[in-house]
Amino acid sequence: MTKDSPLPASKPAHAAAAKAAHSPPEAVTFDVKDLSVWFGQNQVLRSVSLQILPKAVTAIIGPSGCGKSTFLRSLNRMHELVPGAKVEGRISLFGEDLYGRDVDATLVRRRVGMVFQKSNPFPTMTIAENVTVGLRLNGVRQKSVIQDKMEQSLKMAALWDEVKDRLHANALSLSGGQQQRLCIARALAIEPEVLLMDEPASALDPLATAKIEELIQQLREKFTIVIVTHNMQQAARISGHTAFFYLGKLVEYDQTSRIFTNPAEKQTEDYVTGRFG
Amino acid sequence: MNDWFHKWRKIKSTFISALCLLCALVVIAPLALVLFTLVKNGASSLDWNFFTQLPSPPGESGGGMANAIVGSLVLIGLAGLVGVPIGVLGGIYLSEFGSPRMNGSVRFAADILNGTPSIVWGIVVYALVVVPMKGYSAYAAGLALGFMMVPIVIRTTEEMMALVPNSYREAAFALGIPHWRIVLNIVLKTAGKGIITGILLAAARVAGETAPLLFTASGNNFFNHNLAQPIEALPMQIFTYALSPYDDWHRQAWAGSLVLIVFALSLNIGVRWVTGGRAPHLTK
Repeated sequence: MTKDSPLPASKPAHAAAAKAAHSPPEAVTFDVKDLSVWFGQNQVLRSVSLQILPKAVTAIIGPSGCGKSTFLRSLNRMHELVPGAKVEGRISLFGEDLYGRDVDATLVRRRVGMVFQKSNPFPTMTIAENVTVGLRLNGVRQKSVIQDKMEQSLKMAALWDEVKDRLHANALSLSGGQQQRLCIARALAIEPEVLLMDEPASALDPLATAKIEELIQQLREKFTIVIVTHNMQQAARISGHTAFFYLGKLVEYDQTSRIFTNPAEKQTEDYVTGRFG
Repeated sequence: MNDWFHKWRKIKSTFISALCLLCALVVIAPLALVLFTLVKNGASSLDWNFFTQLPSPPGESGGGMANAIVGSLVLIGLAGLVGVPIGVLGGIYLSEFGSPRMNGSVRFAADILNGTPSIVWGIVVYALVVVPMKGYSAYAAGLALGFMMVPIVIRTTEEMMALVPNSYREAAFALGIPHWRIVLNIVLKTAGKGIITGILLAAARVAGETAPLLFTASGNNFFNHNLAQPIEALPMQIFTYALSPYDDWHRQAWAGSLVLIVFALSLNIGVRWVTGGRAPHLTK
């Protein structure tokens, strides 16, 4: 969160801002150590450790049910919404413990934005209202700030030119690809430090997918991006690092080029070459 | 043999189909008959005076039910003040905050209350309000009708909020919006139309109640200018007039019934039209 954030200063976020201003940028965005997650009796993640680098795209791949979505959701504590969720291990965001006792999950989610597989703009709101909802419902009142953020976010999400003449139309009047970029703009408007994407293009046609991928490349310059994808080519095209999950375990984590050309593990090779999964 | 078998099946099929048709008619016929009778007997007495005049003394012709019509509207308003906040907040609790165990008991209680005979509500409010206040009042009547609205509004609110897809809640949580704001500004807003529908249907339902008013509102031949005083309501006025020995009052009772049923019907039909036929299902 930047110092001139329009969001009301909140303790942990404020502390982070102060830290960012006074100390050199941390070398890693997420430092995950021995992370295990259960839903009820069912263990979904088994002692996962990895470090996610800032201003880069990290791809999470693996067959269905391998825990990659749960891993992504544990990074902004979204998995806690499922009753019976339990976590062990440690995740720190720029050195700050995400699961610390006095850390509010709501504030974590303001710093770590998320885009979902299926675009989910709010149906009762216009395009403009959808983008600014995060600001408005988090207590930002100044109209000028809201207006500026709306335009800026839509531009960052490469949607401004397509919607600037109909900002007050219902969000559902947009095409599927546009709706997904609207959701990205909505996530960007509250100025997160990280953007998590859960198969953001899997429901889109190739053209819309290409646009999203292009957008991810641009956003990489400002944000840390973690993306779950089922599409190997997509992971290879857009990510710097790739993590391969299988049965709740992190099998291999390396530079994307190595994962796809010269993986250390047999399982990884079998998966990326399409022999299973 | 085969031919005979085929014929027998045809006869059975025709018989059962006819039986189904008969049952359908049995369901529709009362509504049609009621409407027909009401229009036949009541329409001729419906004039401007009916809506604007106070009742005339027995034996004199003319007069109307203005006090009862206004009284009914006032009572529905009072009932709404009690039933809507409790019902909507209860529904929100069930849908968004309650634990499964707590929800089970609240739902069970709401269903029991929904099935409670309306005269019981009259007696309950009589004991709780009328006796301590030493008199019948519009407040007491509004409270009784409001209590009757609560279970209906709770269940429809819960149902309508449960229809809001979870992906909207997730999207809002991921924006770091506090839970209460998500409920207020996103879930409630999305379910708003359905909830309003439930409230209107509950209002239409209590608008026709007579029993709870007998012990609480008591009736009033004039306009009510003080809610702590007795008040007239359409169903009660109909009841009184229908039992009276005067032909003129009988005609007005028919007209009053027609007004009441048209009011309830138009609320139901209007609601169905607004929500495109997806009106909440009400038991009872």
